[in-house]
Amino acid sequence: MTGLALVSQTKEAEAGKRANRLVLVVTKNTIDQVYPPLILATTAAASGLEVDIYFTFWGLKLLDKRSHTKTKLASVGNPSLPMPNILGVLPGMTAMATRMMKGQIKKYWPTIPEMMQQAKDLGVRFHACSPTMGLMGIQEKDLISLTDDIVGASTFLDWATSAGTATIFV
Amino acid sequence: MRHQYALCTDSIKRELVMTTSQESSLVLDTKGTLCPLPVLRTSQAIKQVKVGEVLEVLATDPGSKPDLTAWARMTGNELVDATEEPGNPKVYRFQIRRMK
Repeated sequence: MTGLALVSQTKEAEAGKRANRLVLVVTKNTIDQVYPPLILATTAAASGLEVDIYFTFWGLKLLDKRSHTKTKLASVGNPSLPMPNILGVLPGMTAMATRMMKGQIKKYWPTIPEMMQQAKDLGVRFHACSPTMGLMGIQEKDLISLTDDIVGASTFLDWATSAGTATIFV
Repeated sequence: MRHQYALCTDSIKRELVMTTSQESSLVLDTKGTLCPLPVLRTSQAIKQVKVGEVLEVLATDPGSKPDLTAWARMTGNELVDATEEPGNPKVYRFQIRRMK
């Protein structure tokens, strides 16, 4: 046995030396901008943190029944794809890039809706941004059942400025 | 859930195999999966051993050593031992004692 035993740092959290709550802001709805916050959210919840995700702008599409399962990968303006950037504007390229990416991801990770369900099962809370709902014409009845509530900037700032909270904007 | 890497309790139970090792009460095999699956599954599997017992985790994710070390620190569980077995891919073996 090697001496890898470490003193519990949950005591640090209790003493206010470590955050015990994570707040994530998801503003985009592309594969590359959605998996990272979902990975952080599930891992944080599995590590004993309280987790809240604030879905705003295109991120809110993840809480909309009509687009919940339709997250795509951008083929336009994405210079990291393995093809000449100009081809990204051709018809069908977004769908093709999305299909290829999802095929690759399937080998390692759950789908985005599955991962959101797992996050929920681990206690992660999902919040819809109220001004975005007005802006995009999304109504309360359009939200998936995983949604906890509809909140605005003041509520978000109340969480983000509380002691013991770490906030990440994606 | 249909996905082979799903987190549901059934799939965890299927993967948990009683071991003959005297040191660990359960073995969780996460080989072939990437972050965050090794940590997520460990956090579920640790609930299936009693406080004071040891869970053994096998992984091939190259980030699993720092990640499980950090997870143990944050959750107050004890990473008793971490070893690497050479090979392609390299296999990491962790012994984690449930502390609470």
